[in-house]
Amino acid sequence: MIGKLSHVSIFVLDQDSAYDFYVNTLGFKVHTDAAMGPGARWLTVTPPEQPDLEITLMAISEGMMFKKESAEVMRDLVKKGTFGFGVFECNDIYATYEELKAKGVEFIKPPKEEFYGIEALFKDDSGNWFSLGQKK
Amino acid sequence: MEQEPYPKVYLYRRIVQAKLFIDQHYAKNIDLDNIADEAYFSKFHFIRLFKKAYGKTPHQYLTYVRIEQAKILLKRPIQVSEVCFAVGFSSISSFTGLFKKVTGITPSAYMIQQEKIRLEIKKAPLTYIPGCFAEMKGWTPLYNKTGPEEKSNFQEVE
Repeated sequence: MIGKLSHVSIFVLDQDSAYDFYVNTLGFKVHTDAAMGPGARWLTVTPPEQPDLEITLMAISEGMMFKKESAEVMRDLVKKGTFGFGVFECNDIYATYEELKAKGVEFIKPPKEEFYGIEALFKDDSGNWFSLGQKK
Repeated sequence: MEQEPYPKVYLYRRIVQAKLFIDQHYAKNIDLDNIADEAYFSKFHFIRLFKKAYGKTPHQYLTYVRIEQAKILLKRPIQVSEVCFAVGFSSISSFTGLFKKVTGITPSAYMIQQEKIRLEIKKAPLTYIPGCFAEMKGWTPLYNKTGPEEKSNFQEVE
């Protein structure tokens, strides 16, 4: 029986830049940052209130995982904002929105009252989008 | 006049500015009364709104930021006293006491624990990486003590 989700991957264009965005801008915590040989790095972060969910910031680079052509296609799709990887919850969406905006985060949609709560959409530094929500 | 995107937007902006001020200046001797003044609030009103947004009073939040920053500094070998002053505490005993209250261990014990984890990651990183990803990335043969493994099944199909 499956118990819970422990790791989830987000594909990013540049791990240094993603580190800065997820840690310094969003306020996530670094869980594991391991150098894995030349040009390779295993980098996971956790949402501040969810220390047991590791988000792997996975570099899209040519290697065993992606062949050259696939890496190029994937990078292009991520840049275009094709992928939405999840929903982050917050206690106070207006305060979170104002803070992230002040830090230069791009919002596709400002907070809007919906029947299920309040929702906004923002992009990470690579182009992946996320929903930001406050439940009713 | 610009229409407000949501009610009381000006209140939110002031509260967020106060929070960002703490984020940036936690290492200094911050006077929280000054922050309330700068945000044009009465102290009581300011604390109430801040707590509503962040679940902590400004003072609790300042302490939280300082302890979190201390945890980051303690990931590398460093003098505890140096960390204490670097994150804005003026007394080592109050820093140590608060740190233990929040994390359950003293700053020096935390530093030893983190150094152990750091060395473990360096020595055997695959302990911290789900095997499927390590294999997909081609790291398994490089780091396994037992030598090269069979060819990965995760390579892209030709």
